[in-house]
Amino acid sequence: MDVEAARLIGAGLAAIGIGAAATGVGTVFGSYLQGALRNPGAAAGERIWMFVGFAAAELLGLIAFVVAILALFG
Amino acid sequence: MAAEIKIDPMHQFQIDPVGGGEMAASPFVFTNSAMWMLIALGIILLFMWGGTRRALVPGRWQAAVEIVTDFVSDITRSSIGTEGRKFLPWVFTAFIFILAANWLGSMPFALIPGVHPFTVTSQFTITGVLSIVSFAIVLGVGFWKHGLRFFSLFVPKGAPLPLKIFMAPIEFFSFMMRPFSLGLRPFVAMIAGHILLKVFGYFIVQGLMAESAMGGVIAALCFVFVVLMSGLELLVGAIQAYVFALLTAIYINDSVHLH
Repeated sequence: MDVEAARLIGAGLAAIGIGAAATGVGTVFGSYLQGALRNPGAAAGERIWMFVGFAAAELLGLIAFVVAILALFG
Repeated sequence: MAAEIKIDPMHQFQIDPVGGGEMAASPFVFTNSAMWMLIALGIILLFMWGGTRRALVPGRWQAAVEIVTDFVSDITRSSIGTEGRKFLPWVFTAFIFILAANWLGSMPFALIPGVHPFTVTSQFTITGVLSIVSFAIVLGVGFWKHGLRFFSLFVPKGAPLPLKIFMAPIEFFSFMMRPFSLGLRPFVAMIAGHILLKVFGYFIVQGLMAESAMGGVIAALCFVFVVLMSGLELLVGAIQAYVFALLTAIYINDSVHLH
């Protein structure tokens, strides 16, 4: 298989990791929303941790994106 | 057909000297990246100058500046406590610079012919340097305050000894990942958003160039998507600035109060 085809396939496989990260980010925000519905008084205190959790989940997805870009253009 | 224009989403991130020409090897070339950083700085200075009139009853501009500074001061106060006040200048600088740079890159300046906005934070060099400064503050404060006891940060408290020996290298590795991840996050968020917008922009052009009814429909749909995605870009830019400032404050808290 020539290199160009292998690059495109590799980039496509790395993009699956980005989909997994999307699940993670959705889980983080969904958990915050569930908790905020059950206990609205505590929601403000949790907001900071929601953003920290979002940052961590998003980071791993962005790492997968970097792998895809490296495969395509590196 | 569709293959006439090759989709090239990476050209928008090219760093060129302002006014055209080749990139010289000297480090003192005035590039488009430098120009947009100066524009971001000018906007920040203008915004802050308008808000420091020190009126007792704030007017609208001063109220806006106070909202922003209270917002960032709340980040440091809730993460580090009252002694977090002395870290506020850096956290605020990082927050407002990343915010201004992200938002400038999403502004529709291309309506003026020949101008295209350049997102300064879409270069890893820029966000990497910001994260290096944050990490240097974390290390500097940690070693200044605690000396060599700073390394007790990597030993989880209250764990049995075998677990402590096992966890220490893992904690150390996780700690060393922090500057890299801190700088990588806003960089990739910005570059991904702009690549997406550029690719859909190319779809609009290809749809219009197809000169058929179907092409027009696709171009219209892609245009709506680009408009909505640009709105999301503004939100993502603001969230990335907030996350950078928040994580910097949390890392500084880790090193000031060794858990």
